[in-house]
Amino acid sequence: MIMGPLLMGLYVLVLAAFLGFELINKVPPTLHTPLMSGANAISGITLVGAITVAAGGDPTLARWLAAAAVATATINVVGGFLVTDRMLKMFRRKK
Amino acid sequence: MNFLASLPPVLYLISSVMFTLGIKRLSKVKTARQGNTLAALAMLLAVIGTALELGWVDPTFILGGLVVGTAIGAWTALTVKMTAMPEMVALFNGSGGAASALVALASYAGLREKGLIGTGVKVFEGGTLPAGVQVFVLLGSIVVGAVTLSGSLVAWGKLQGRLAKGKPILLPARHALSVALLMSIIGVGVWFGVGTAEFGTSALWIVTGLSLLLGGLLVLPIGGADMPVVVSLLNSYSGIAAAAAGFLVGNPVLVVAGTMVGAAGLILTRIMSDAMNRSLANVLVGGFGQTDAAGGAADEGYEGVTQAGPEEAAMILEGAQSVIIVPGYGLAVAQAQHVCKELGELLIKRGVQVSYAIHPVAGRMPGHMNVLLAEADVPYDLLYDMDAIAGSFKQTDVCIVVGANDVVNPAAANDPSSPIFGMPILPAHEAQTVMVIKRSLSPGYAGIKNSLFEADNTLMLFADAKKMLTDLVAEVKEL
Repeated sequence: MIMGPLLMGLYVLVLAAFLGFELINKVPPTLHTPLMSGANAISGITLVGAITVAAGGDPTLARWLAAAAVATATINVVGGFLVTDRMLKMFRRKK
Repeated sequence: MNFLASLPPVLYLISSVMFTLGIKRLSKVKTARQGNTLAALAMLLAVIGTALELGWVDPTFILGGLVVGTAIGAWTALTVKMTAMPEMVALFNGSGGAASALVALASYAGLREKGLIGTGVKVFEGGTLPAGVQVFVLLGSIVVGAVTLSGSLVAWGKLQGRLAKGKPILLPARHALSVALLMSIIGVGVWFGVGTAEFGTSALWIVTGLSLLLGGLLVLPIGGADMPVVVSLLNSYSGIAAAAAGFLVGNPVLVVAGTMVGAAGLILTRIMSDAMNRSLANVLVGGFGQTDAAGGAADEGYEGVTQAGPEEAAMILEGAQSVIIVPGYGLAVAQAQHVCKELGELLIKRGVQVSYAIHPVAGRMPGHMNVLLAEADVPYDLLYDMDAIAGSFKQTDVCIVVGANDVVNPAAANDPSSPIFGMPILPAHEAQTVMVIKRSLSPGYAGIKNSLFEADNTLMLFADAKKMLTDLVAEVKEL
């Protein structure tokens, strides 16, 4: 492998950015709010980072900060997906 | 490499693909709900992958955080009123920003507790990434995360109307202040990189504090009407903060999902500011809707306003062949969506052609009105986007404006001195008769006068939207 972790990470970063730019070029106005809310829930992915730093049992400062990170990230994730689902539930087409 | 060790990376890959498909599906009406579920499952998979990667560790702090977070998140999401949705998204977003900053602070505190010493950058030597890069992503995660947190809180306050009633707050020399703050953040950051070990922890707290101030300062001057754009932009920031945290803890799915949300959020932000025909830069400079910018505020400056009651309005509706309803934030505040639908149905039964005109930024968020009317079961095919219906007002007998203001202000089309000049509007004034249901003549979010209210063909029905619509329904039934 000619690429170190940094270069590999940059590849991922740049390609993911392009993917994000291309993913949503046309969104009906109806979906602006739910899409924003859904994307917001996804940004709670920082949860996995929080879990990584919160591993371990000693009640040190780092651990408490990490536990707070897990809690705030979970609020973002759980709340975000539920709220989005509530919004989208209303778009069911009834005839 | 045994099977268990190779499992997490595979799960991360599957999770990343699912996130991508989830966002894609979220942008189509038919598949949106499925897309949201897919993204939620992707998140679950990423968490499982992380748990497997960690192996057996004491999970006390992890589980504690998960339980508390789930309880608060689920409770608020399930109890919040549909009308308060935009504020809720702002709060959740701030929470995500806080998490990214906390991850960075915790990981640095963890390094310190391991007894790693040396000058700033040295602490990070021996990691998988070069030390300089680690310092950069650490600071990036804190700064962007903290800006997202305080910015979202200010946005929340403004959307609620608690903070200065949603009006822009213009501090003197605010641009200079912002630049000074940013320079100080960079300065302390550099100091953190080259300074002594003892200084490291305090430096990070200083950076956190300064970034919180910066986030608040950036959002304060922006008026309430522009908040949706700001929330969307902050959403993009929280993605970027997450991606930075991803580099810090070396987790690929965090980098992928965070970056993707960051980029998609920027596009969505541009789509929204385009809908208001304003450049993003214009929105961010702020100060929009200053009262000194144009027109009289409050009840002043209106001449020849025609007032009417529900009875008179119903009689006009009796002779109408076609009606366009323009909903706005007043409809949401009054929770009038159900009775609004009732009026629509009643008119349809009488043979009137009824359509709903949805301005892209009506309400406090794009799509706000669609959500509300969908909640009231208004048939989807009666809702028209601005572009689809703008030409129909001329041939329409009656246009009923329910609690909307700025989005039907003709000044945007014909008064170059108006601060909202150029913003696309619904030309309600072109209808034969316009009925505006509004509590008073008070200005809308842009804080400017609306000449529609004093037009010859406009009737003002002063009341709470729900009450007036209920009275209207009763009167129309009696016809």
